Amino acid sequence: MSADKPQHHEKQGWPLYEVFVRGKRGLNHVHVGSLHAADDAMALTHARDLYTRRNEGVSIWVVRSEHIAASTRDEKDPFFAPSADKVYRHPTFYDIPDDVPHI
Amino acid sequence: MTTTHAAEAPPPDAPDGLQEHFDATIARDQRVEPRDWMPDGYRRTLVRQIAQHAHSEIIGMQPEGEWITRAPSLRRKAILFAKVQDEAGHGLYLYSAAETLGADREDLTRRLIEGRQKYSSIFNYPTLSFADVGVIGWFVDGAAICNQVPLCRSSYGPYARAMVRICKEESFHQRQGYELLMTMMRGTDAQREMVQDAVNRWWWPSLMMFGPPDDASPNSARSMAWKIKRHSNDELRRRFVDMTVPQAEKLGVTLPDPELRWNEESGHHDFGTPDWDELMRVIKGDGPCNDRRMERRRTAHEEGAWVREAATAHAAKQAARTEKGAAA
Repeated sequence: MSADKPQHHEKQGWPLYEVFVRGKRGLNHVHVGSLHAADDAMALTHARDLYTRRNEGVSIWVVRSEHIAASTRDEKDPFFAPSADKVYRHPTFYDIPDDVPHI
Repeated sequence: MTTTHAAEAPPPDAPDGLQEHFDATIARDQRVEPRDWMPDGYRRTLVRQIAQHAHSEIIGMQPEGEWITRAPSLRRKAILFAKVQDEAGHGLYLYSAAETLGADREDLTRRLIEGRQKYSSIFNYPTLSFADVGVIGWFVDGAAICNQVPLCRSSYGPYARAMVRICKEESFHQRQGYELLMTMMRGTDAQREMVQDAVNRWWWPSLMMFGPPDDASPNSARSMAWKIKRHSNDELRRRFVDMTVPQAEKLGVTLPDPELRWNEESGHHDFGTPDWDELMRVIKGDGPCNDRRMERRRTAHEEGAWVREAATAHAAKQAARTEKGAAA
């Protein structure tokens, strides 16, 4: 399979959902895996049973995998090149004398 | 993110540099992720290994599941229920990881029930007494932990992450088994005999779980070079023996191996050789329970068809209603 093709195929049967769980208040939702379900409501209950059997979450998002738009393969893709050549975006780009406090 | 990394230029994006990029990722001990380019052999090996692992978790529900209705107390029933449910969960984490490689879930299920993909040989042995439930937790889940902890650092990201989840849960499995056996060992002579009998029957099949010896495991070297696998079969088997011997002493049972002894020089235990012919026979389908396990899985799949169809029909009806509501 070429990496350009979608990573998940669906033939017949239930569609694939990606699951995101907020571990506790104050944290972002984090991708934890995927599952198959007939619809959104079932995806949520399956996600609860599968990914939060031991208090791993306080909130769940599910989304059909086919609805996720993703950048192309490999982090080395030129897609990310614009972020690599702007060193002035980083605090260490700026020389500040050691005796200036709190900066 | 550190400044140094962010300021580094990305590696040149030459289409013919894909193999080099993959090799460098492995060499740097970084993870390969689903949309990365990877050699076909790497992808095939992973799909085979992860699918086989997933199938093992699913079939692994059966030997212990048979004891749920017969567990001697509500406490043991509840524990066993939770454990068998975990096994189902582990299977699903792993199927999910396999799907990131382009495998199709229904196709994997079909391959299992048609006998075209394997599962662990250990689940083709029968659970004859309730002590077997304890010994499975202690030996089989203990062996699984030995196998799986290093897989948390496997080079394929989704597989490694699934293993992290699974390992956290396996610890409960192993401890509930050992605790069950401790309880039985404090009981009657008949109960202690049941434990020893279960130990005798499960010890050698448990050692076989690590696979054939290194010199008869042709794919191991390649899997280790790809860092899919981190330790050889024999290394992991020895680790399991070293780990289990003091636990057996504490429990007061005898491991059925006359050659088992501590080797001061090597700092490990010496132990006998499992019956590799038996392993091959069981893998090829001729174990005590192969037919029963497969038949049960097939039946469950077929008898569950109407549930899957009903859920699909319900989802379609709900979707149509929502659409109609939105149009009105």
